[in-house]
Amino acid sequence: MKNPFVMESGNYKTSYTKDMALYRNPRVKRRMLIIVILLFLIPLFASNYVIGLATLCAIAVIGAIGLNILTGFTGQISVGVGAFLAVGGYTSAIFTTTYGLSFWISLPLAGLITAIIGGLFGIPSLRLKGLYLAIATLAAQVIILWVIGNWESVTGGGSGMVLERPSIGGFSFYDQNSYYYLCLVVAVLTTIYALNLFRTRTGRAFLAVRDRDVAAQIMGINLFSYKVMSFAISSFIVGIAGALLAHYTMIVTVELYSIQVSIQYLAMILVGGLGSVFGAILGAVFITLLPVGLGYMVEYLTMFIPDAYSLLSSFREFVFGLVLILFLVFEPGGLVNIWNNIKNYFKLWPFSTKE
Amino acid sequence: MTFFFQMLITGVVVGSIYALVALGFVLIYKASDALNFANGEFVLIGSYICLMLVTIYKIPFVIAFILTLVFNALLGMAVERVVLRPLINAPVISVIMATIGLSSLLAGVVHMIWGHQTKSFPPIFSSELIQFWGIIISPVYLWSFFIVLFLLGVFTIFFKKSKMGLAMRAVADDQMAALSMGISVKSVYAITWGIAALVAAVGGVLLGNINGVDASMATIGLTVLPVVILGGLDSIPGAIVGGFIIGILQSLSVGYLQPILGGGIKEVIPFIVVIIILMIKPYGLFGKGGIERV
Repeated sequence: MKNPFVMESGNYKTSYTKDMALYRNPRVKRRMLIIVILLFLIPLFASNYVIGLATLCAIAVIGAIGLNILTGFTGQISVGVGAFLAVGGYTSAIFTTTYGLSFWISLPLAGLITAIIGGLFGIPSLRLKGLYLAIATLAAQVIILWVIGNWESVTGGGSGMVLERPSIGGFSFYDQNSYYYLCLVVAVLTTIYALNLFRTRTGRAFLAVRDRDVAAQIMGINLFSYKVMSFAISSFIVGIAGALLAHYTMIVTVELYSIQVSIQYLAMILVGGLGSVFGAILGAVFITLLPVGLGYMVEYLTMFIPDAYSLLSSFREFVFGLVLILFLVFEPGGLVNIWNNIKNYFKLWPFSTKE
Repeated sequence: MTFFFQMLITGVVVGSIYALVALGFVLIYKASDALNFANGEFVLIGSYICLMLVTIYKIPFVIAFILTLVFNALLGMAVERVVLRPLINAPVISVIMATIGLSSLLAGVVHMIWGHQTKSFPPIFSSELIQFWGIIISPVYLWSFFIVLFLLGVFTIFFKKSKMGLAMRAVADDQMAALSMGISVKSVYAITWGIAALVAAVGGVLLGNINGVDASMATIGLTVLPVVILGGLDSIPGAIVGGFIIGILQSLSVGYLQPILGGGIKEVIPFIVVIIILMIKPYGLFGKGGIERV
């Protein structure tokens, strides 16, 4: 077998089909396969704690890809992801707990209902742009959470709802490993879906809308339907992530989906790289693991400052903001840009120089 | 009826503070097309600084107040220089996220220094309640209202008459043209951010006197967003009118809707109004929509 990690020396494309292909060449395909297999092997040697983190990363990846479709690829800023996660989580909670439906039915239902609500809040996007749209989605966030928090007969109000881990036949996804596999499979499927989406007319239309919506309209793209569609597709994926998260934490309360969550997801796609599926993955993993890393750092610091733990939450806020600003100022392309630069360096090596 | 007027007056006072903070938003938006999500943290920092000067260093309130304003104005300028200047011509989302990052960073600093407990100002205004035809008003409210009115008047004159004010309006109108007329756009940006932060500090000190100072004060940054959207992001009269409308609506909804619909309506009602207004007028009540060229 040829070494899959050998880099190609240039682009040699002779047809549009080749240019649009999912994998640039068979080696890339093999490389991806190896990475996915490695991800599936994590539970064999990792502790339960690490697997839990990996599960959270996988869920964040799903949500970040969903948001990136809307914000990164279609250019519609949404500050309401937290609420859409909540809609997904609560829908699944209501269907499985109150109505006793199976998880496997309630998961797509959660996606669908989130898609409908997302589409509904996407309707103003036809007339609103930029900052005004951002505030409209912020309004969506506040209104949806308020409705959930006050609709006690359905959502349990302030005390929230309790969920169970899914099962199929006699097999339960109760332990960490099996739930990790479930999330990983969904994350891989979402990635493949998103990568393929941008090879279709719909995906290309999204890109055109982002680049210049008036121009896109002149070229025959129905702005209204594509914008609403983008909201719906993105919300569907976010809703799935919300349902998975709810069944992972096994409890849903309004506090879990505050505006901070929306900001975190926006930070994921910005730090990762706007308009890049791979970037969303990198950003999701980075932002999910950042507080964990800081936790370790503070633990180390307690040797010198005994009460460092009391400052942990403020310190996290501080570093989160700092990281965001540093990325925006010094590397607006995000982690994916850094990754590509490294790759390009080695592609031309030893002829690549600093300049 | 007395209840109604009581609620109305509370709304007007709170609304006047909203108008003041919203003014900061609008100034920044007009000058640099950016929405400052860290405005709430400017408010917070302003009130903490003033509180610290008054309680720990025992500085008389008026001097402490002026020192706070100076500090916040410098902070605003520093923020502009360090965070916003490199992002000129960056896409909208980058600027939004930069100010969100900034708000998180500042909030982290504030929590690290001052913690999370509510602290209250020593009584500065007399606590004797004033009564008009059965409506009770606390002097703090009255003072806030007049201070805000005074400041709004000052700013109106500043923008109409002073050279700097004119320069700021010119930059807001057309950056390129202003630049070619010899106006330093950079210094206009810096001063805009300085003024916005200063105005936020005034809001912070007044709010701190009314409700006490704690970390949750920063949420005014979010509450004021509907105000500016309602009035139109680029309109100063819009900010003032929007501030009063939202303040009054909030106060009335606490009085009349909260018993029916349950808690939290106060935070939600501005956003519901915003969604409705945006459906009808996408650029707010007084905002100008631009012409788009392909």
